[in-house]
Amino acid sequence: MALWGMVIDLDRCTGCQACVMACKAENNVPAVGAKEAKRGRIISWMQVLTETDEEHHGEKTRFIPRPCLQCDDPPCTKVCPVYATYRNPDGIVAQIYARCIGCRFCMAACPYNAKYFNWHTYQTEKPGQNPDVSVRPKGVVEKCTFCHHRLQKARERALAEKRDFDPNDYVTACAQACPAQAIVFGDLSDPTSAVSKLAASPRAFKLLEELGTKPKVIYLSEGEGRG
Amino acid sequence: MVEIDDLHERTLLAPIAHTGRGFYWAVAGLSLLILWGVLAYLVQFSEGLGVTGLHQPVSWGFYVTNFVFFIGISHAGTLISAILRLSKAEWRRPITRMAEVITVMVLFIGAGQILIDLGRPDRLMNVIRYGRYQSPLLWDATSISAYMTASLTYLYLPMIPDIAILRDRLGKRKLLYSVLALGWTGTEHQQRVLNRAIAIMAVLVIPIAISVHSVVSFVFSMTLQPMWHSTIFGPYFVVGAIFSGIAALIVAMILFRKAYGLQDYLKPIHFRYLGQLLLIMALLWFYFTFAEYLTGYYGAEPEEMKVFWAKFTGPFWPFFWGMVLCNFIIPISCLVSLSRHTIGKVLAASLSVVVGMWLERFIIVVPTLSFPRLPFPQGIYSPTWVEWGETAGSFGIFALFYLLFTKFFPIISIWEIREGREGVKEVEERLISYLPGEIEEKT
Repeated sequence: MALWGMVIDLDRCTGCQACVMACKAENNVPAVGAKEAKRGRIISWMQVLTETDEEHHGEKTRFIPRPCLQCDDPPCTKVCPVYATYRNPDGIVAQIYARCIGCRFCMAACPYNAKYFNWHTYQTEKPGQNPDVSVRPKGVVEKCTFCHHRLQKARERALAEKRDFDPNDYVTACAQACPAQAIVFGDLSDPTSAVSKLAASPRAFKLLEELGTKPKVIYLSEGEGRG
Repeated sequence: MVEIDDLHERTLLAPIAHTGRGFYWAVAGLSLLILWGVLAYLVQFSEGLGVTGLHQPVSWGFYVTNFVFFIGISHAGTLISAILRLSKAEWRRPITRMAEVITVMVLFIGAGQILIDLGRPDRLMNVIRYGRYQSPLLWDATSISAYMTASLTYLYLPMIPDIAILRDRLGKRKLLYSVLALGWTGTEHQQRVLNRAIAIMAVLVIPIAISVHSVVSFVFSMTLQPMWHSTIFGPYFVVGAIFSGIAALIVAMILFRKAYGLQDYLKPIHFRYLGQLLLIMALLWFYFTFAEYLTGYYGAEPEEMKVFWAKFTGPFWPFFWGMVLCNFIIPISCLVSLSRHTIGKVLAASLSVVVGMWLERFIIVVPTLSFPRLPFPQGIYSPTWVEWGETAGSFGIFALFYLLFTKFFPIISIWEIREGREGVKEVEERLISYLPGEIEEKT
């Protein structure tokens, strides 16, 4: 069984937001409009957080692209009263939009604030949307799914072509779009995969690792480019 | 004796038999509040929760605060009344009914807050269809529904003899009272069964009440969030709940005392005793608050300290220090000496505590969400007219239901007052039995 994971190299990230836009297009993430954005209601499954470097205050800014970290011990799924968010057999933390009651307990419980709420009806089904991803109604929580529909598609294609499923057929939209190749996606259980090798780097760390959530998104700290 | 009983009966039945102009004014005023709430909810239902001031990361605000607050108030009743009944405090007799009614009314309002807070209220039944017992919200649902059942029973049982009086004496609503009286005639057997049932319910209701506010606190403390993830939260919430409950009870008692002329029943001594109880709870509340904040401060974890300073000196300082003022400084200074102006002072302290406990709930819910661990753009939560409307409407519904209750049933238990007067001798004997032998000879 594959263990899907992601490595994000902070040294390579330029903060260009290509991953954010690719994600929005791939997953039908709605644009909420300027008024809602000003009220702090932007939905961005992949969000580039910025942090001023403490040592070089005002000079250097760190970029931290933050998808859902797909924790292996997710604090959000435990608190969901209706199993609308759960860790699925692929290890991906899934959302069932049609079941979510909108209590927002998972949002309060996620230490990474990776969950977003549809405060209004932000979009309806329209041509031009990705048909593989359902459009969310108002009043439900949504978040990054590691482009889970791509995994399903890759499996189906392998089945149709009567061959074994190749983990390399599955990649998330953000990883595919990153021009600096800062985002690498793959199977963490395969020690020969690129993602596994990077995850074993001495620069590797996990966000808020001390909370014991066991995220499957691993970061590579800055260092080389800094001198 | 019979004449006095008759007189009391007439005084206590008066609000049910006759309705003055004040009642209609009160209903009109409360209806306006409720109308505001209904309007707000209709707008929210059609537009979505976006009409509130909630956003990312403050996804819980007024509604969750109100939920914790109202459920807290519900501890007034049943718990106080059960403890006083079990400890055979004779002064409880005119108070218990009022307390129990608060519990039942406010529980429904409190549980309703969660429904208002849901993004998809139409899917509420999913909680039963797909319920995940690992979620503290399911614990809440279980505990609160058990408490509703228990407190409703506990309110109803001691009402049966009074409903029989209504059936026999009052000209109107004959059918309602006959059905509810369950054929009560006051035989010795019936009385024995009733007293036993009340005693059982009084014992049962105490652990249930404590479980309710413990699991309400678990909604917060089971998460990993700074200043929520605390082992003290269960007892801290229960103490706060009883504290605010007593305050709400005192306010209701003083209002009805004035409105229905119950000065003869609710005497300054009752308020002095309840005031002292409130004083003790204020000290206990302060102790818990002190322990909670000192632990956080001394450990000085950076994430905890972000929220800590936001409360002490940051954007939430008016709420935090307002809470300290309302929950500790004002009640303590009002309640230390109650020998003069008892009722005025107790009322001032109680109103202050009701406000202070609401602030306490707010200061628990919102600041933690406002300061996420990761570097997020922060926005300060400010409620819109919708949230104010819901809150006003909730208070309105509570007050209106309470008022309507007093128009259908006596707000002071008639038979328990009578039993108290008839039992003076019995109480005297009981008191004597507490004392050492030789004093018995002296008297």
